[in-house]
Amino acid sequence: MRREGSAFSGLGVVMLKELSDHLTSVRMRVLEWLVVLVALAALYGAVQQIEDTTAQDPFLFLRLFTTSRDPLPSFVSFISFLVPLMAIGLGFDAVNGEYNRRTLSRILAQPIYRDALLFGKFLAGLVTLAISLITLWLIVIGLGLLLIGVPPGGEEIGRSFLFLFVTIVYAGVWLTLALLFSVLFRSPATAALVTLGVWLFLMFIWPVLAGAVAQIIAPPDPRYLALGLQTPATAVTEQILARLSPSTLFAEVVVALLDPTTRSLGPIYLSQLQGAVLGAPLPIGESMLIAWPQTVGMIASAILVFVVGYVIFQRQEVRA
Amino acid sequence: MSTDVVIEAKGLTKNYGQAVAVDHISFAVGRGEIFGLLGPNGAGKTTTILMLLGLTDISAGEVRVLGFDPAREPLSVKRRVGYLPDTVGFYDGLTAADNLRYTARLIGFKRSEREKRVTEALDQVGLAEFAEKRVGTFSRGMRQRLGLAEILMKGAQIAILDEPTSGLDPHATTELLAIIRGLKSEGVSVLLSSHLLDRVQSVCDRVALFSGGRIALMGSVAELGREVLGGGYVVDIEAEGAGFAERLALIPGVSGVEKTGIGKLRLHADRDVRSEAAAEVVAMHGRLKYLGVQEVSLDAIYSRYFETRPDEEMTMKEGARHAA
Repeated sequence: MRREGSAFSGLGVVMLKELSDHLTSVRMRVLEWLVVLVALAALYGAVQQIEDTTAQDPFLFLRLFTTSRDPLPSFVSFISFLVPLMAIGLGFDAVNGEYNRRTLSRILAQPIYRDALLFGKFLAGLVTLAISLITLWLIVIGLGLLLIGVPPGGEEIGRSFLFLFVTIVYAGVWLTLALLFSVLFRSPATAALVTLGVWLFLMFIWPVLAGAVAQIIAPPDPRYLALGLQTPATAVTEQILARLSPSTLFAEVVVALLDPTTRSLGPIYLSQLQGAVLGAPLPIGESMLIAWPQTVGMIASAILVFVVGYVIFQRQEVRA
Repeated sequence: MSTDVVIEAKGLTKNYGQAVAVDHISFAVGRGEIFGLLGPNGAGKTTTILMLLGLTDISAGEVRVLGFDPAREPLSVKRRVGYLPDTVGFYDGLTAADNLRYTARLIGFKRSEREKRVTEALDQVGLAEFAEKRVGTFSRGMRQRLGLAEILMKGAQIAILDEPTSGLDPHATTELLAIIRGLKSEGVSVLLSSHLLDRVQSVCDRVALFSGGRIALMGSVAELGREVLGGGYVVDIEAEGAGFAERLALIPGVSGVEKTGIGKLRLHADRDVRSEAAAEVVAMHGRLKYLGVQEVSLDAIYSRYFETRPDEEMTMKEGARHAA
């Protein structure tokens, strides 16, 4: 049987309200400063390194994002590390906060569906993250221009723009995860801790664990071991497992987009490299093709996690 | 279904797994009526309310709110019904007016209409001067009033109030009950739940006494009084002097006299015997200090009803005592 009316009535209202809450919140300000300061530090390191080492590079501008100078990691590593924190910070108390303020039943007694509330909160979070990331991106581009003094080419701008888009998608994945836990747990503190736990696991533990699990699923072939090579089956399994983490997917996309010489993200046979001019950059379209599956994978995981949260929220009792 | 019935429930049931929260209840609320769902905590009042609003699934039975099925046409129901939840919450960082504006936008009022409605509603509940104050600074009574303002702003035909007076001081309670009466005078039907029997009895036209997920009794307070208490009158007398008991027992209509303390007597009669009793005491040169007839109270009905049914769960009696 069809539901009466639109599931999205009230969506814009909820989104605007949540957005204004986010943008004026102290939490958001702290997160933004954190990201900006850290990014500036990384940028400074990158510029120093570029001045010292790289004289001739057709993609000098992209080096801003990927170059690191000890002890600071590169801008990209900072982003892949901090964006989840920002997303979790914005989403961990989205739904359970309404319970605790006892506003949920009052809001749901208005002529809107629960869909509008949950989706509005997600959109507001995503727009907030997008605003921050676009600002950050503009800062980097602007400072890059000032500090290196070399204007970026069209392709470099295109690639860094794609990087921005993928970063927003990546933020969306973590935001849906935070929303899911804010639906599951009534206490915001529990939700925040669990989401942070999952983040730590996926970001730092899973990539290591993937290797161990791959060895069990596809044991290394002694013939390859004797030659000191990695067994192809094991390597493929390990990569498949590692890609279950959005951090791995994001890292792969970033490599493909920001390093034009990347030709493949998986293990390839030497025979497949026949005729290839190693080290020659790929056109932006080809790099996009390489990054496409990972990008779709991130979008799909965001949708999947959101749907799980949505279904649970629909069936939840509203009474406090 | 008559057009004068705004809420009609038939065999309404809610199960949580094996537990039955609401067990085949049926009732109807008429237009412009204040109907009370009364009973101890956990008797199924809030669950019933949530089912009326389509905020929780119905396990069995049927509900019609203004002719709509809350499970199938929730938006139509929620557009016409105002709801004040138990201990209502607002966004503390926003002002009272902004909180109402947000709700008004969710309902879909146009901008010009929104401002007018918000101002009027705040005025009606006496919060006009606090319109631009943040709700975080509000007392509990003010929050409840803001909740009622939301219902007024919505222009609801039915107001559903869950425990509107719980946790309020006597002054705030009186103010709130006055606003609820005001709702009625504007033609709004009111369904309210409470475990504070005596406070709500003054506003309710009809009540349903809940117990263990069922409606134990339903009707006006006077009707229930006749049904449960047998319609007798109880007159209390306090006087200085001796030998009244025998004389008072002779007054026609008095069926019993009991001593309730030093110089205190209680008469059970089938009519109001206050004037005769006073005359007797004065005739014996006694000094009359107190004379009063016990009004029919929901508390009395409630305790009497469950006293006479020893098979009822003990929790119900505890609830009644707690309510007192």
